[in-house]
Amino acid sequence: MDILNWIVSASGEGFFSATMRLAVPLLLAAIGAIYAERAGAINVGLEGMMLSSALSAALVASSTGSTTTGLLAGVVTGVGVAALLAIFTVLLPADPVVVGISLNLLAVGGTSFIFRVAVGQAGTTSTTPVIEASPIPGLDQIPILGPLLFDQSYLVYIALLGVVVTWLVLKYTGWGLLIRSAGEHPAAVDSLGLSVNRTRFLALLVSGGFAGLGGAFLSLVASNQFVENMTAGRGYIAMAILILGQRSPWGVLIASLIFGAGDAFQLRAQLDNTGIPFQFLLMIPYVLTIVTLAVFGRKLIDPAALGKHFRRGHR
Amino acid sequence: MSQTPATSSKPAAWRTTVVRVTGGVEFWTIPVAILLAFIVGGVLMVVAGVNPFDAYAALVNGAFGTTQHVADTLIEATPLALIGVGIALCFRGGIFNVGAEGQFLLGGMAAALVGQALGTAPSIVTLLGMAIAAMIAGAAWAGIAALLKVYLGASETLTTIMLTYVATYLVSYLLNGPAKDPASPLAQTAPLTSSGLLPALLPGTTLHVGIILAVVVAIAAHLFLRRRVGGFQLIATGLNPVAARSAGLPVRRIFISVFLASGALAGLAGMVQVAGVQGKMIVNLSPGYGYTAIVVALLGRSSPLGALFAALFFGALSAGGASMETSVGVPASLVTIVQYLTVLLVIAYTAFRTLRRPSRTAEGEE
Repeated sequence: MDILNWIVSASGEGFFSATMRLAVPLLLAAIGAIYAERAGAINVGLEGMMLSSALSAALVASSTGSTTTGLLAGVVTGVGVAALLAIFTVLLPADPVVVGISLNLLAVGGTSFIFRVAVGQAGTTSTTPVIEASPIPGLDQIPILGPLLFDQSYLVYIALLGVVVTWLVLKYTGWGLLIRSAGEHPAAVDSLGLSVNRTRFLALLVSGGFAGLGGAFLSLVASNQFVENMTAGRGYIAMAILILGQRSPWGVLIASLIFGAGDAFQLRAQLDNTGIPFQFLLMIPYVLTIVTLAVFGRKLIDPAALGKHFRRGHR
Repeated sequence: MSQTPATSSKPAAWRTTVVRVTGGVEFWTIPVAILLAFIVGGVLMVVAGVNPFDAYAALVNGAFGTTQHVADTLIEATPLALIGVGIALCFRGGIFNVGAEGQFLLGGMAAALVGQALGTAPSIVTLLGMAIAAMIAGAAWAGIAALLKVYLGASETLTTIMLTYVATYLVSYLLNGPAKDPASPLAQTAPLTSSGLLPALLPGTTLHVGIILAVVVAIAAHLFLRRRVGGFQLIATGLNPVAARSAGLPVRRIFISVFLASGALAGLAGMVQVAGVQGKMIVNLSPGYGYTAIVVALLGRSSPLGALFAALFFGALSAGGASMETSVGVPASLVTIVQYLTVLLVIAYTAFRTLRRPSRTAEGEE
């Protein structure tokens, strides 16, 4: 009974607001990855892109005093890391999983090095300007939906817009069709004189840009500083969200809200001193990911050419 | 990502590619890649305002300058070699075990707990008990990912990473709670008794016998791949699981076995670190050995002996990097950058060469 009461009381407005705040970095990374994977390019580098962007956004925002510039720096960094991955896996036939993991680990060392050189050995305490919430008057008063959707920073609105735009692009535009074809039947795309690899390269860059926004969100909205390795596996969790959401924009939105709720739940449980050791609560997002992979790992139908390098004239 | 296990009935592109990427490279590319990575590292140091020649001199001195520094290099190489050999075996079988870090931590934890329980037994009994417990713990943790992959199609790259986070929190809980040394303010177990410590190898230094264990394991793994039927089956499965299954090989059992072996070796490395270096289990037992060992396996071209040599090289870099940080003030993470750049350069060159080869099977497809 106690637990039930607690769940009811914990599910207050703060809970929904936190759910969205924790879901958005995952949502942004996963939305971008939809473009890459639907085009047939696997993006295992999300973690590294988010981490690099979190650092560049924090450094640029604190040196210029402008969160917008910081945000842009985050996007540019994400696109840059994505370009590196694309050179390896689209232009060159290197293995996307091995290169992605290597880039992620390089990003851990690289961000740590740059951060320590830029900030000094002292540590993590250079605070950056924060993007504040910009509530939408009237709508933010609606119960549950208000704090969930309408009392957030503008980056959250961008993320939600990204869901709609991605849905429209993939479903109704020529580029969306090109992306899906490159993922399902690259030879057909090639036979029309269109470039499979240019499509995949671009899709990876879009993915990097979204991951960059997600990384910037971590250091500019969710907190006010960069902390070494602050992504804490969110790039990998985003890949599980992609699977849970079946690579569809709306599915990914729902999946990231589930993960956001899980994270918000464990944070709330930590604050409320439920008697459960905090380490077990911190495990929740990761266990949730494992369960997701176990339950949905085999149910999802991949794009036919996912992860297969395309080379003209070679089958 | 999900397609890897989801289509375990047909060879995922990356499986064959890993084998090719890491197996087909000419040897000269590795020193060239290392040199290039060091040059990039030097440029980074110039940007950071440090004289790279001073820094690299400090690095070489830290790795080889004195007998103790050589010992440091070997001590750092030991866990990298043990874990790297296991990851290399996985690569050979077409499995990517990214979660050795968690298997290593749990191995260390189990070793420390058993070491305390057997503290009064003769040293050989205690050490054996610790090693067995550590290997079981590491194998069990890897086994979760193995079963999820084989029976439910969950991508092992993702599950192993997630399991590492869970293991880290589990160890943190144990070291702050039930397993904590009440006499210490730190999150660590009580020190092991002398019967739980690995014997020294070189008088006057801190070198322990772990490095011999690592060499023996690498040679045993090499002989297994070369001489045993199981090794042949493993390689055949990695090259083409479909063909292997058609040939009647127990592909699932091979996947699970190599995963368990890799986890056991990572766990053993944790035991060696607890019994040979720390003398107790601490929260920060690993500065990322489980991740660095991935690069060790890749640079060692997925061969056990290659991984051993790569581990020695990376051990020197780690030992040297630590002393570079203290004496010249370059963050030791520079070493990480050099390590990953090296392997990315090797991958880039190999991929480039594959692209230029006019082979119809260059993409690793059927």
